[in-house]
Amino acid sequence: MATSPRATQQKFEPWTDPEAKPYVRIEKVTKKFGDFFAVDDVTLHIYKKEIFCLLGASGCGKTTLLRMLAGFERPSSGKIFIDGVDMTAIPPYERPVNMMFQSYAIFPHMTVEQNVAFGLKQEGVAKPEIVQRVGDMLELVKLGQFAKRKPHQLSGGQRQRVALARSLVKKPKLLLLDEPLAALDKKLREQTQFELINIQETLGVTFIVVTHDQEEAMTLSTRIGLMNHGEIVQVGTPSEIYEYPNSRFVAEFIGSVNMFEGKLIEDEPSYVRIECPHLQAPIFVDHGVSSAPGATVWAAIRPEKITVSREKPTDADNWASGVVRDIAYMGDVSIYLLKLDSGKVVRVTQPNVYRHADDRVTWDERVYLHWHSSSPVVVTK
Amino acid sequence: MKRWLGRWVPSGRTLVTSVPYVWLLLFFLIPFVIVLKISFSAAQIAMPPYEPLFHWASAQVLQIQLNLGNFAFLVEDNLYIKAYLNSIFVAGVSTLLCLLIGYPIAYSMARSNPSTRNILLLLVTLPFFTSFLLRVYAWIGILKNNGLINNTLMSFGLIDQPIQMLQTDFAVYVGIVYSYLPFMILPLYANLEKMDLTLLEAAADLGCKPWQGFLKITLPLSLPGVVAGCLLVFIPAVGEFVIPSLLGDPGMLMIGKVLWTEFFNNRDWPVASAVAIALLLFLVIPIMYLDRAQNAESAEGARK
Repeated sequence: MATSPRATQQKFEPWTDPEAKPYVRIEKVTKKFGDFFAVDDVTLHIYKKEIFCLLGASGCGKTTLLRMLAGFERPSSGKIFIDGVDMTAIPPYERPVNMMFQSYAIFPHMTVEQNVAFGLKQEGVAKPEIVQRVGDMLELVKLGQFAKRKPHQLSGGQRQRVALARSLVKKPKLLLLDEPLAALDKKLREQTQFELINIQETLGVTFIVVTHDQEEAMTLSTRIGLMNHGEIVQVGTPSEIYEYPNSRFVAEFIGSVNMFEGKLIEDEPSYVRIECPHLQAPIFVDHGVSSAPGATVWAAIRPEKITVSREKPTDADNWASGVVRDIAYMGDVSIYLLKLDSGKVVRVTQPNVYRHADDRVTWDERVYLHWHSSSPVVVTK
Repeated sequence: MKRWLGRWVPSGRTLVTSVPYVWLLLFFLIPFVIVLKISFSAAQIAMPPYEPLFHWASAQVLQIQLNLGNFAFLVEDNLYIKAYLNSIFVAGVSTLLCLLIGYPIAYSMARSNPSTRNILLLLVTLPFFTSFLLRVYAWIGILKNNGLINNTLMSFGLIDQPIQMLQTDFAVYVGIVYSYLPFMILPLYANLEKMDLTLLEAAADLGCKPWQGFLKITLPLSLPGVVAGCLLVFIPAVGEFVIPSLLGDPGMLMIGKVLWTEFFNNRDWPVASAVAIALLLFLVIPIMYLDRAQNAESAEGARK
């Protein structure tokens, strides 16, 4: 998983600062369509200059939440504040917010230039300033030479840029992006992800991005809000969501994971031991868990955090033995599917460090799995 | 052998695409040529009532006599020019009225929810289940002095004397607008219905109030539908004969009526043909415009 370039720069974590004031406040917002709760009691605080990703499967309510921020839907209850102003009842044409639509919604009867200038004209900006700002914006998205083209003469990637330029040219306080990269092919998508981050950093606009693509969310966002059935399940940085999922749903939604159901047999503040019926040895975790002894818990272990070897590990805990059922060679890594003696299939990824490795584990071989005691994440729901 | 055959036996594709051409040739081009031929001959009291265009002066000489007098006659007698201009005026006003009434109807149909949309569409086409002529006759019953409207108004005591509506220009406009309104609504509806509504959300997002969004987005995008609807109303309305003769003032000059009079009352086939040819030329111009507009639209659509 790629991490945001922000991580390499100075720390940008306003959400950890108790003094920082949230820029967008979504307070107990619910949206009902008939009896259906599209968005169910969501409270979210988003800070200035964040790229916040609303991530979830289709139908989880993320687009409805975005449309309420844009003003196309009214919340059934709850309030939305942007920069301290209550926006709940303000129509979309009076909000300091712009949206980039999934379909791009570029006006087909106008040229690229006219599309980008549309919002400024509507605002009554003086002609010379419009020309200036539109020109600058088209340069920023590298569409300078396409200014006079009609939308149907553009490729998908170019249209995406027109939509982006049109939504940014008004210098909105908040830019909403609905699946901004979904219509692009994989190569272009990766390239555009980084361009989006660069543009966002150049202009300092706060982004809220809706996406169903976890890789996109991981790459783009400062924080991710994972949604399911209209509720926010977990909010956190990409690495928090990946390494510290708070539930089975989150662990399984992001990346792949091996989930072991078991019972707590030892529950100390500094460690726990879990007995899992699928494993010969107990799982030992080097941190405490807030759960009652004897309760059912799940230990989630990421495939890349498990090692495969032919020798039996010396530890008493944290190992299993099984037979290699399948190997998928992906180039950088290989994925092994191992069938444990209990019948459970475990997924393991191993980096292919050496080009020639004749003694690699192969099909139908009996091997041992081992993981570090810090690797499992214990979740109780 | 096969190649030789291939050259002479048309392929299936050619056969299919040739159907409309054959149809147009048989029922449009050949009758047109006949009318054109008659328009260049002179009237005579005979059967048929016009002189032949070609005749053999001697065994070797084929003479063609083109009588341009009929067309000159159209220009000389200002009756015809007045009739053309009046027809265009009446058709133009009717088209405008159809547009003003039809656009809101088409718009609300296109924006209604999909289940009622089909019912509304059925209602718009419902008048076609009855004969056009019957529907125009029905208007006589509604508009005449002791007709539905006058009787109703008098029974409520709103008027003492019946209002003269039948045999006025008003009645003609009512008849034309009523009869041709579906031809305005249907192309407009087809256009408005396929419009992408997220464009309006985008406009609102960029600061457009709903009415501004309509003027800047919906209206310009519906122009092809407006053009198609206007031509579908305007072209037949110019040559309209039944409505002005049934509902209108007998003195009202409409080119369709003039044509009918020349043909049946004066039995002057050549002049009647010349009137028809001139009318056709008048109308070909807007038809060609429609054709170009549609080509441009479909070319744009194809590239999307």
